[in-house]
Amino acid sequence: MSTDTGPLKRTALYEEHKKLGGRLVPFAGWEMPVQYAGIVEEHRAVRRAAGLFDVSHMGEIELQGEHAAAVVDYLVTGDAAALADGRALYTCACNERGTILDDLIVYRLGREAFLIVCNAGNREKISAHFRKAAENHCDFQDRSDQIALLALQGPRAIEVLGLAGKDAAQCADLKSFQFRDAVVANVRVTVARTGYTGEDGVEIFCAWSDAVHMWRTLLELGKPMGIEPVGLGARDTLRLEARLALYGNDIDETTNPFEAGLGWIVKMNKPMFVGKEALAAISAGGLSRKLVGFEMTGRGVARHGYSLLDMAGNTVGVCTSGGPSPTLGKNIGLGYLPIPLGEIGTTFQVDCRGKPIGAAVVKTPFYKRNRGAA
Amino acid sequence: MSDKFDVREGFFYTKDHEWAAAKPDGIEVGITAYAVDQLGDITLVNLDVKVGESVTAGKAFGTIESVKTLSDLFSPVNGKVAKINQELEARPELVNEDCYGKGWMILVTPSDPTEKDKLLSPSAYGELLKTVSH
Repeated sequence: MSTDTGPLKRTALYEEHKKLGGRLVPFAGWEMPVQYAGIVEEHRAVRRAAGLFDVSHMGEIELQGEHAAAVVDYLVTGDAAALADGRALYTCACNERGTILDDLIVYRLGREAFLIVCNAGNREKISAHFRKAAENHCDFQDRSDQIALLALQGPRAIEVLGLAGKDAAQCADLKSFQFRDAVVANVRVTVARTGYTGEDGVEIFCAWSDAVHMWRTLLELGKPMGIEPVGLGARDTLRLEARLALYGNDIDETTNPFEAGLGWIVKMNKPMFVGKEALAAISAGGLSRKLVGFEMTGRGVARHGYSLLDMAGNTVGVCTSGGPSPTLGKNIGLGYLPIPLGEIGTTFQVDCRGKPIGAAVVKTPFYKRNRGAA
Repeated sequence: MSDKFDVREGFFYTKDHEWAAAKPDGIEVGITAYAVDQLGDITLVNLDVKVGESVTAGKAFGTIESVKTLSDLFSPVNGKVAKINQELEARPELVNEDCYGKGWMILVTPSDPTEKDKLLSPSAYGELLKTVSH
């Protein structure tokens, strides 16, 4: 996370959040809404209908030029060079030790143009990393302060979007991880079928100056469907249920993608990329621990940083994320456990501030949306 | 800002946002509307003390978990626990719904009848809330 202690930055929607009764808190150098109506209510709105998130704090980096594809491909573990226009890729950037600098989404805007979205807390680090790699190879631009980003998520998100004009309605044709330029509410934007909630939905990139219009319009159009503005609190509970990793919690520079369950985003058959050698060694040596999902069987809530204990009370791991699951009505968590203890059904304990409370490894994701025939 | 939050007359308060109220059989303890608002949806109330055990002013007698975070519950007064609100175990949401009533947590027999006099009056607590930045 950024340790910058300067004044907090505000997104274009700061005044909107205040008007909606949002509680603003410092997050990764930004003043962001943690909740409006309440985390559980917002969480349920996204699972049942739709929610609108301001995620303009995320970092956006653009690389352009003949060698842009090669530079991006060298910096990430995924097959960025194989992306087609209008396709996005969830991936990560590792360091030479094979641990994770950040998890990213790479968008291929064109044959020679890529957009990389990184976590707000890693923006400076990732920006510097990409800038350095781009030197003498391709153009680099950090566009984080010009691009606003809204996430419209939930089973009715596409329906809401469809009310924002003809072109917006046609964005329903986008498949998962596809994106394109579109006109939404009479504004030129980029719509991507991506998200961080485990629900269907889109993320909408727009100019900083269009963000208020876009935000108000979508909330207004979505009213009959039950849309709600959603803060960072519910963003966290939603992503946890869907077992989507949170940088700084579940993954960081002390974890590698394999143990984090992100082996699927590492393409070891790529000729070269930062961290490949280390990752090959890690893979050959075998893993000592892995990130597992668990449910509390006793009366307690696991939180980030709590120790995980075996049944004899020995510390064997650490909880990386935890909290109540509004959808399941249970207390759930993610944590690193030694491989032998990582089997589904294995029981262990969580050190809840000195009290050992029972837990059991369960299958993840904790919540999977119903992909019906529609 | 303070007008937003219910501060009841007849109750006494701590700067940590607990309340104490004199009842015929002791001092009832709970958390304030401001505390509830800060916590959000409450999912678990852990009362770590048993009837007959001592509590110390300013020391934790339990913890409260909300969707967002975990917080300590500090006793406003010195004394012995006379009663525990067992209902909170199954229905922690009572604290959200009625923090000055059904969401009470423990009843304390104060070690000294003047215990509550060390606490903040409703007007002093109201002033404190005005200074709490948001």
